[in-house]
Amino acid sequence: MSTLDTLSPMEAGRLPRNAPLFVGVAALAAGALVVVLGGSLVLGAVTAALVFIIALPLWSAVVENRRAAVDRLVTGLVWTAFAVALVPLIWLVWMVLDRGLATINPEFLTYSMRSVIGDEQGGLYHALMGTIVITLIATAISVPVGIFAAIYLIEYGKGTKMSRAITFLVDVMTGIPSIVAGLFAFAMFALILGPTRFGLAGGIALTLLMIPTVVRSTEEMLKLVPDDLREASYALGVPKWRTIAKVVLPTSVAGIVTGVVLAISRVIGETAPLLVAAGFTNNLNTNPVDGSMMTLPVFIFTQFGQATEKGYSYAWGGALVLIVIVMLLNLTARIVGKIFAPKTGR
Amino acid sequence: MATSIDVSDVHIYYGDFKAVEGVNMTVKARSVTAFIGPSGCGKSTFLRTLNRMHEVIPGARVEGKIMLQGTDMYAPEVDPVAVRRQVGMVFQRPNPFPTMSIYDNVLAGNRLNSKRMSKSEADDIVEKSLRGANLWNEVKDRLNRPGMGLSGGQQQRLCIARAIAVEPQVLLMDEPCSALDPISTAAIEDLIHELKTTYTIVIVTHNMQQAARVSDETGFFNLKAAGQPGHLVEFNSTKKMFTNPDNEATEAYISGRFG
Repeated sequence: MSTLDTLSPMEAGRLPRNAPLFVGVAALAAGALVVVLGGSLVLGAVTAALVFIIALPLWSAVVENRRAAVDRLVTGLVWTAFAVALVPLIWLVWMVLDRGLATINPEFLTYSMRSVIGDEQGGLYHALMGTIVITLIATAISVPVGIFAAIYLIEYGKGTKMSRAITFLVDVMTGIPSIVAGLFAFAMFALILGPTRFGLAGGIALTLLMIPTVVRSTEEMLKLVPDDLREASYALGVPKWRTIAKVVLPTSVAGIVTGVVLAISRVIGETAPLLVAAGFTNNLNTNPVDGSMMTLPVFIFTQFGQATEKGYSYAWGGALVLIVIVMLLNLTARIVGKIFAPKTGR
Repeated sequence: MATSIDVSDVHIYYGDFKAVEGVNMTVKARSVTAFIGPSGCGKSTFLRTLNRMHEVIPGARVEGKIMLQGTDMYAPEVDPVAVRRQVGMVFQRPNPFPTMSIYDNVLAGNRLNSKRMSKSEADDIVEKSLRGANLWNEVKDRLNRPGMGLSGGQQQRLCIARAIAVEPQVLLMDEPCSALDPISTAAIEDLIHELKTTYTIVIVTHNMQQAARVSDETGFFNLKAAGQPGHLVEFNSTKKMFTNPDNEATEAYISGRFG
């Protein structure tokens, strides 16, 4: 457009628009060169990142000004940090897929480990059902308790001694190590029924871990509902409990559901409390009040403990199934959140 | 439909802090009463005591008598929820329910009180209230769209429609136009003129021209000093207040020589 000597002050000294792309390609080339010359893949990646972070600000410092150079340096650092944060996630998913996918077949998903000896085909059906039953129990108990506790804290007990005490106890509960929750559930039922392990005890152990998360997330969501809406409802002559049920909860339901689902996906992977309270078994057991119940994390743990080729592959297969369940739960949370979110009509 | 409100010796507190002291007045039925005064002088606080919304704030309480239809609304046996069904309120910022459509917003007062009604009854209430709020022609083709999708002025008229759908005796308005542009403000002022034939209206405003335009009677609230409780300085017909007020402070405030 304009030649150098006719540049206006605002146009002066800008790098071409695709400069980052340019430098990025050059950096990748440098990294590839290191690999070709015998460096490891990690060394290549580090070289590429370093070249990108240093070269672009340098070029910018020469052509542009100090501010632009610093801007490009920080942008580069932020992107690098983002990439570094993604590495473990992608690595983990790739590894589980790589090692677990070969194990997955219809039999693996529908057989239990009952009287499976040696290299016979077994499966995790019993663990899958156990996880579903125990998680359902934990959810059925902790969701109402957690949501009602949060409603009390936000709508009724604001600023009272009682609510401060509850908030403190919830915070303490958040910090309870999961195995302690398992020991507690086991000990509680041992006092009543003698030392036995069964699904309900596992569900209770998970409940202890889930309630604080549900209370916290629901509390945050209820806080986000503007007081304007509560007052609008009161001013129409609507009683308080009805205002909560018909105005406050519907307005925040998307966030509450998301919080609940995230709480479920947090406890679904707990191993230690379930090992203590629900025990383990090779048989299918869907009765939560009678006998040990297998769950996916415990299945992974015991299979891995076999230290055999088959045990390792079953452990990875179980891990894959568990990750798929958690991802499905997260997906559901997002969809449900979208459906219930207040519509603005814009 | 409409009723008057007798206020005698009312003191309003937030916890230990006395916000308003010693208010006496009679709000006439089927007329518009405006409250003016500087910020923090307690006019909004006083307005909120007229339908027992003040006590929604923790620690807030009221002393004195406010008579509505011959009953003291602060008598121990009176249910605040029942008072609020008689005395509706429109707030400073439009606050339609975000989860509800325009139609459901208008019916919110009836629905939330689980009043059973047929579809045709409900349709009638919605049309009547929206016509009453001068909004019907603008929204009649999109009643099922979300209420939040309307413009600010339309949202405020939707809130007025919602308030009159439960057929209260009195309508309180807390600076209903302060978040609106002049055209929406004019629409709402016209609406106030129409509504006063059926309802007793009390309005708080910072805009003295607005008070002069819409109201029949005006109350001027003021503070003696910062940190002191607010009090009612003068209560008179709007005409007198704006031409020949009894109190010097009123004249100073209205003519802009305040402070």
